[in-house]
Amino acid sequence: MAAYMITPTLQRVLLSAKHVSFQSRYCVVAGRARYSVVYDASEKTFDKILIANRGEIACRVMKTCRKMGIKTVAVHSDVDANAVHVKMADEAVCVGPAPTNRSYLNMDAIMDAIRITGAQAVHPGYGFLSENKEFAKRLAAEDVVFVGPDTHAIHAMGDKIESKLLAKAAKVNVIPGFDGVVENVEDAVKIAGQIGYPVMIKASAGGGGKGMRIAWNDDETREGFRLSSQEAASSFGDDRLLIEKFVDNPRHIEIQVLADKHGNALWLNERECSIQRRNQKVVEEAPSTFLDPDTRRAMGEQAVQLAKAVKYSSAGTVEFLVDSKKNFYFLEMNTRLQVEHPITECITGLDLVQQMIRIAKGFPLVHRQEDIPINGWAIESRVYAEDPYKSFGLPSIGRLSQYQEPISLPNVRVDSGIQEGSDISIYYDPMISKLVTYGATRAEALQKMEDALDHYVIRGVTHNIPLLREIITNPRFISGDITTNFLPEEYPEGFTGHRLTPEGRRELLATAAALYISAQLRSQRFMGNLRVSTTSQEQSQWELQVELEKKSHLVSLSRSGSSFTVEVDGGSVEVSGEWNLASALLPLSINGNPRVLQCLSRDATGQITLQYLGTQFKLRVLSRLAAKLTGHMPEKVPEDTSSILRSPMPGSVVAVSVKPGDMVAEGQEICVIEAMKMQNSLIAARAAKVKSVHCKAGETVGEGDLLVELE
Amino acid sequence: MAAFAAARSSRGVLSAIKASFNTFANVKHGLAVAPIAQSHLLQHARWYSVSHLSVHERIDRKRNAALVGGGQKRIDAQHKRGKLTARERVELLLDPDSFVEYDMFVEHRCSDFGMEEDHNKFPGDSVVTGQGRINGRLVYVFSQRNVLASGVVPQISLIMGPCAGGAVYSPALTDFTFMVKDTSYLFITGPDVVKSVTNEDVTQEELGGAKTHTAVSGVAHRAFENDIDALLNLRDFFNFLPLSNRDPAPVTECQDPSDRLVPGLDTVVPFETTKAYDMLDIIQGVVDEREFFEIMPNYAKNIVVGFARMNGRTVGIVGNQPKVASGCLDINSSVKGARFVRFCDAFNIPIITFVDVPGFLPGTSQEYGGIIRHGAKLLFAFAEATVPKITIITRKAYGGAYDVMSSKHLRGDVNYAWPSAEVAVMGAKGAVQIIFRGKTNQAEQEAEYVEKFANPFPAAVRGFVDDIIVPSTTRKRICRDLEVLASKKQTNPWKKHANIPL
Repeated sequence: MAAYMITPTLQRVLLSAKHVSFQSRYCVVAGRARYSVVYDASEKTFDKILIANRGEIACRVMKTCRKMGIKTVAVHSDVDANAVHVKMADEAVCVGPAPTNRSYLNMDAIMDAIRITGAQAVHPGYGFLSENKEFAKRLAAEDVVFVGPDTHAIHAMGDKIESKLLAKAAKVNVIPGFDGVVENVEDAVKIAGQIGYPVMIKASAGGGGKGMRIAWNDDETREGFRLSSQEAASSFGDDRLLIEKFVDNPRHIEIQVLADKHGNALWLNERECSIQRRNQKVVEEAPSTFLDPDTRRAMGEQAVQLAKAVKYSSAGTVEFLVDSKKNFYFLEMNTRLQVEHPITECITGLDLVQQMIRIAKGFPLVHRQEDIPINGWAIESRVYAEDPYKSFGLPSIGRLSQYQEPISLPNVRVDSGIQEGSDISIYYDPMISKLVTYGATRAEALQKMEDALDHYVIRGVTHNIPLLREIITNPRFISGDITTNFLPEEYPEGFTGHRLTPEGRRELLATAAALYISAQLRSQRFMGNLRVSTTSQEQSQWELQVELEKKSHLVSLSRSGSSFTVEVDGGSVEVSGEWNLASALLPLSINGNPRVLQCLSRDATGQITLQYLGTQFKLRVLSRLAAKLTGHMPEKVPEDTSSILRSPMPGSVVAVSVKPGDMVAEGQEICVIEAMKMQNSLIAARAAKVKSVHCKAGETVGEGDLLVELE
Repeated sequence: MAAFAAARSSRGVLSAIKASFNTFANVKHGLAVAPIAQSHLLQHARWYSVSHLSVHERIDRKRNAALVGGGQKRIDAQHKRGKLTARERVELLLDPDSFVEYDMFVEHRCSDFGMEEDHNKFPGDSVVTGQGRINGRLVYVFSQRNVLASGVVPQISLIMGPCAGGAVYSPALTDFTFMVKDTSYLFITGPDVVKSVTNEDVTQEELGGAKTHTAVSGVAHRAFENDIDALLNLRDFFNFLPLSNRDPAPVTECQDPSDRLVPGLDTVVPFETTKAYDMLDIIQGVVDEREFFEIMPNYAKNIVVGFARMNGRTVGIVGNQPKVASGCLDINSSVKGARFVRFCDAFNIPIITFVDVPGFLPGTSQEYGGIIRHGAKLLFAFAEATVPKITIITRKAYGGAYDVMSSKHLRGDVNYAWPSAEVAVMGAKGAVQIIFRGKTNQAEQEAEYVEKFANPFPAAVRGFVDDIIVPSTTRKRICRDLEVLASKKQTNPWKKHANIPL
């Protein structure tokens, strides 16, 4: 009995100790008053929570549960048995095989897991069952608490048509559009014509950019209607679509709200989420450079009005489109924790997961509106396993052969659910992590983000760090002049990686040459006794040729210690560093400036791949002799890519629209590949006759697999 | 051209050789193609016959002529074919200014078909022979090899042009044969003879190109894109090798911490024992800087062999590849593995073996092909090897195949098991079908078998594995063991030579 009495006190001591470390990692903004996160152990919430999700968000929720002294239960599919969220949880239950509809969306299995483990509440994270009213109902039926809003709010806000009507009634600004369900293709064309192009076609049940397409004319409306309804059916099991006016030059700015079960509601400021590709967010920040205090308050107040109108409780997000005149229109309300919630936590100091759990238990909000600060600036980059050179990011898969997060840097937060050795599979979202940096000012946060991206080591899968780093150093982005069309506007030909300046080119060439020589020198250093002595080659001058982007450069190096002076392209570059060839990171001083490069590969023939300013560059370093003789080597003829169609990503074939012997026009659809729930239509690069078809519907294909050959 | 060059160079072999190369100096074997003399060469030729020149002048002239080789026209022709001249190859292969040439004045002695004419004679004809350095270490470069040196110094052949008939045995007798893609061929008889004898239509490339020999026949060990890539790779490869059987495996400076943990290894083996994974993921994670020089990457892919370094020291790696044919042992993979193990043992290179083997491949083609005899080669090679032997069982180690893969029973020095290891006679399903033939509730028996045998304990309690280790600590453990085993001395009973089951 005595032991029992002591426990809560002990726990409080332990928790306050953890609390310190939590703060230091999450929300220290130098020289500013900070809002403190308090984990009050006397405020009893739940003993055990089941997290009905996977990946980073499951880990994120568990971190807070741990701080609150709540035991955690993970659910997982069989391929996720080794996943980080499973290891992190106190208990784990397998809920089915890899496909999400048989595991993470398998309500029967999850309900069983709840019964077996005796979890008192369920946190759904985002995606999966987070906005599924059926799930919330089943939990309620078994007296299990759903950490989120009640069924009524999920239902009301989950349906885009109903939510718009509700918003209108709550005096929230809404976009002009058609408030009903679109019946068929011709209906869609008719409605689009009435609203006026451009229009947005989207899934009534949708979210996250899935089943969403913009159409500028009747043909695009027809195609968009077809693809969106297919996608909506496969993603949400509901193919109803709606059409609305597409706001040109818009910004996507959303308001975080927090409401309790006692009628109190707060707005926790905005998040600027305009940097998107295919309607999916890439870079977010809080606050927005665009909002003035009046607009912010107006938006916040409307968001709270809406929350109150639907008797909302828990954390939620009201998304707005904001035009260049700061008019804002209600887009939708997400009745869950958002992916990008960490930036709000950084500037407000609140732990949103903790607040959600408290609210779910029935505790009232402890903060008042005037308690909510904007402390400094936070930026989030979504690090994806994607190839940014294909449509700003097509999914890639693979095993993370090497993986190091830049968490040793100050003011950097990384939310991830993977580790070295993890597999990024075709079954789930290809997000690797959310990289969050913060600082007293936006400039400081951006500088931190540059450093963090340079220090982030990801090997084994293609990732979008090249794109992220280009975005955060783009002058237009830095000035804050952005819209949701930022990426296509800045990179009309598609993303092509960092463009080297003449100075950058010299830096890169000098680094490659110095790295090559460092490796060469090391390969001449043999330890131990040799019966035949080696000849020492105390060379300190070298003449090399370095190839970069199909251009050859003559390079001369001289070395003193670990420092190289490199003459290249009529300039001189001083490069020094430790030259640790085993380390994934290459911290250097280039002309006195610190720079972190990464050497991704290096081989015996002088091929070196360096990551410089986020982008990977392929170089080839050769001795002058080898360079001279290279001209005699036969050129290997590359494959003619206009007559073959290869899968741009791993996924499954949904439909093949041609058969051998068919004539196709340029731009005609050849087949549709579904990957990570996105349907991608692959088209013919030129008019031709189909020679052979190497895939059929239902098949799984890998990246680069041959699909169709043209004559 | 070949014969005399061999006779000459064998002097070098027996006296002071540390390592040797067959640089197939392919100026299209002067004998076969009657060269058309160029005018300036004719001039040279005339000088040779003029007797009033002093010996000194004649030496200089001959040396110059040797350096020009067959003349600029032939150099150009060689370049046009996408190939380098013998001298350019040697220059690229060796450290700058380190080459010392032998036998520059040798000329061919053929006296038929007009070959005896002065304009058809070139000093240093056909081959370039000599010694030099690669990364400071001594190397000999020449044309034909003497079989007696096998096992004394590591020998590598690089095939850079056509090589046919009896000449192919020269590379075949060396330790490693590398080829250049699209420009090199090896065959006993060429397409014309094949056509006239067997009526088969086959191109040079199909019959004996790099692809054929690296993927189908197993004659060559690696192929490279072109002359330059091949020579630069050769320099890199040379650094793995000791200079002779009296030298230890080389140790280079290492920046990769020997106690580095490899967290990725804890999750690399899938839960389902039927699911494949890539053994290269394990190998690259464990070795220094993920650098692995794979030997025969396209042949018998169910076994992986190659060189790497552990804490700077060269090691030979042998691993079953679960990705291909479940990693089973068959005829080709046994021979591939055996030859590699023999090489490592001959040259003091420690062997690290990663085991995930479900058994020998069953079937008539294997039995008729003599899997017993060929499997025995691998068994023999591991058993006879006296170099340090460290074995890691990552998953399956079933039956006879377990035994063959450097087990404790074959004098393995340190044998580890990962927690996912199953050392057993066979898998649960197969075993239960035999033991409980015709009985019902086999699922229950299977579960019992799994519980009893599909884990590392049965082997561990019998001392067949020295420890069950956490996969992420594998690198640390191997590096530490290699340190201890560096002084290992083991001698087999005296014999003239052992009789490997050929």
